Amino acid sequence: MNIAVTPPRSNAPRAAMYYYDTFDRDFVNERVAQFRDQVQRRVSGALTEEEFRPHRLMNGLYLQLHAYMLRIAIPYGTLASNQMRQLAMIADRWDRGYGHFTTRQNLQFNWPKLADVPDILQALAEVEMHAIQTSGNCIRNVTADHFSGAAADEIEDPRPTAELIRQWSTAHPEYCYLPRKFKVAVTGSSNDRAAVLLHDIGLRIVRNEAGEIGYSVIAGGGLGRTPMVGKVVRDFLPREDLLAYLAAILSVYNRYGRRDNKYKARIKILVHETGLEEIKADIEAEFAALDRSGTNADPEEFARIAAYFAPPEFDAAAGTSIFEAEKARNPEFARFASTNLATHKAKGYTIVTVSTKPVGGVPGDVTSAQMRVLADAADLYSSGELRISHEQNVILPHVRLDDVFALWQLLQTAGLATANAGLITDIIACPGMDYCSLATARAIPIAQDISKVFADPERQKLIGKLGIKISGCINACGHHHIAAIGILGLEKSGRESYQITLGGDPTFSASIGERLGPGLEAHEVPQVIEHLVEIYLAERQGDEAFIDTYRRIGQAKFKPALEREVEDGSHL
Amino acid sequence: MVLISEGYFSENCWSLLGDGEAWPFEQDVIVPLARVHEGANVLRKGRLGLLLPNTTEVADVVPYFDQVALLAVQFPAFSDGRGFSLARQLRRAGFKKELRAFGPLLPDQYASALACGFNTIEIPDDRALRMPQAQWRAAYQARDVAYQRGYAHAGSILDRRRAAK
Repeated sequence: MNIAVTPPRSNAPRAAMYYYDTFDRDFVNERVAQFRDQVQRRVSGALTEEEFRPHRLMNGLYLQLHAYMLRIAIPYGTLASNQMRQLAMIADRWDRGYGHFTTRQNLQFNWPKLADVPDILQALAEVEMHAIQTSGNCIRNVTADHFSGAAADEIEDPRPTAELIRQWSTAHPEYCYLPRKFKVAVTGSSNDRAAVLLHDIGLRIVRNEAGEIGYSVIAGGGLGRTPMVGKVVRDFLPREDLLAYLAAILSVYNRYGRRDNKYKARIKILVHETGLEEIKADIEAEFAALDRSGTNADPEEFARIAAYFAPPEFDAAAGTSIFEAEKARNPEFARFASTNLATHKAKGYTIVTVSTKPVGGVPGDVTSAQMRVLADAADLYSSGELRISHEQNVILPHVRLDDVFALWQLLQTAGLATANAGLITDIIACPGMDYCSLATARAIPIAQDISKVFADPERQKLIGKLGIKISGCINACGHHHIAAIGILGLEKSGRESYQITLGGDPTFSASIGERLGPGLEAHEVPQVIEHLVEIYLAERQGDEAFIDTYRRIGQAKFKPALEREVEDGSHL
Repeated sequence: MVLISEGYFSENCWSLLGDGEAWPFEQDVIVPLARVHEGANVLRKGRLGLLLPNTTEVADVVPYFDQVALLAVQFPAFSDGRGFSLARQLRRAGFKKELRAFGPLLPDQYASALACGFNTIEIPDDRALRMPQAQWRAAYQARDVAYQRGYAHAGSILDRRRAAK
């Protein structure tokens, strides 16, 4: 078989990220061969669909509403430019010329053919990528802060920790048939951008009084049908004990997690039903009983991985004169600069968020042509490196401020310069009924309609940061529970019905949104959102965020937003 | 049921004691854990094995480690991974004799079962028909190094990296 590999640009920078050694490479190639064999056995009938299912799921292959869907892991959201080009190649050769970035920092192709999937996996392996454990009841792709290694508020880059966990959890002999899926997120910053309180395990890199780095370990968070904020099970775990402690949690969960009801099988239910103190005692007892030194990675192994993530060399003389001059000359660019940049740890540099949410667009969808422009942008302006955020946007982590204008011009040529990062039109939406077989309502068209209502950039700027997240069913892939304004699409007597929740918060001050009232018709949603925003603007004090206004004045003040005119002129 | 050992369909000298069946005298027999107390009144020559539900607490089995020649851990479905953790715990508690995975496992799980401490697998007949010995043999031979330390697989990548330094 001839796999086309997109050649890297001859002068492309080498992204500061993990690279496979021969062990990693052999392992992934072996898995591709294994899946090729499994596909053949399925086709021959040796495996029933039921028996094939866990294998295809463990390789990221779902059966969706219209076709198979392949979910590719982008470990902790980090991607090199050549990997992005390979994704573009795959989109063109085996799919329909686009891919979809997800809320778990993954990429989904919506139209692959089963027979092509082994070739796609081989093409991924060529650029050190895979789709292993992006699905199934196993430890999923580990996510991390998308500003890792660049953010000014960082204690430590969380990606070496995430990479160590990625390796440890890959094809784990004991933990691949858990009661349910298992998601781990890591943050190394004082501001949480990885939603660590809302994962099965959340790890927060902290420093103890002695100045040593370790982890605050959170367990039992999650969204879905029963959203719960995770609980701290260990205030400070020394770094060297990380894998043994994770093993202790996983062993307790594997043995005692519920298997009688799929919807009560996540660890959050076990933590909730067992009680925090008892589950902590169970974990600690297992941790004490297992062979720690035989389970943990050596500090040298951690150091080996961490060395790959050494930041690129930053130019100490990087200036801001071009940046300032272009902002003064060009209001459109100034708007982009005011919304889509985040503070970088190095002077003269910035973090650029490339929004995948143009007005009326499909959140997270990126065409192959756009992928190539993003790859070029990374090579030219961001040390060859990209990130995918759980907000479904693409991040260029290391951009000189004086390059931002040129970058913005390049992004404009591909329709990627939308100035709305974090604003009301930067909407998270799951694929919903347009693709997903679990969905009970559409999500994408709702996002499109809302973004059209708030299209005016001046109005968006006036409203400020405000997150809207939409899920097309109670499984909550659109994270609506943790949105300032959440929208949940359900089916009610054969019609789509949308519930509004308010007051969700994904950060260290995490909270689950509360339902505002009865469900709405699809066409009513944008109007109600407008009313909610009007109430917020009338009530907010200074530059208060929506969540703070909400917490201060309470939900009752927002209830009138549900009053709306119906077609016959009466009010509901 | 078909016994698999080292990738081969093998002769099984053990039989499972059915509901209400009397304990055989000479035959090696696997007895459900819930019936083990009956053994105190039975004079026997054959060896004893115990069939453990995957919810078994290890402490309830440790007292029998000396009396039994085999422990069989039930897998009610291939997708129920509790047996993997139970196997690990039995090994950790010091059980050194034959540990058998009992249920509809797949060849693709063979390596994991061995890594967690199982020696043999006993699968239902219909499954053995659809998944013939060649597939188990291939899975046995394809066992490879893995990332985890402390499991009984062909070796840990982490340890090999250290050795390669």
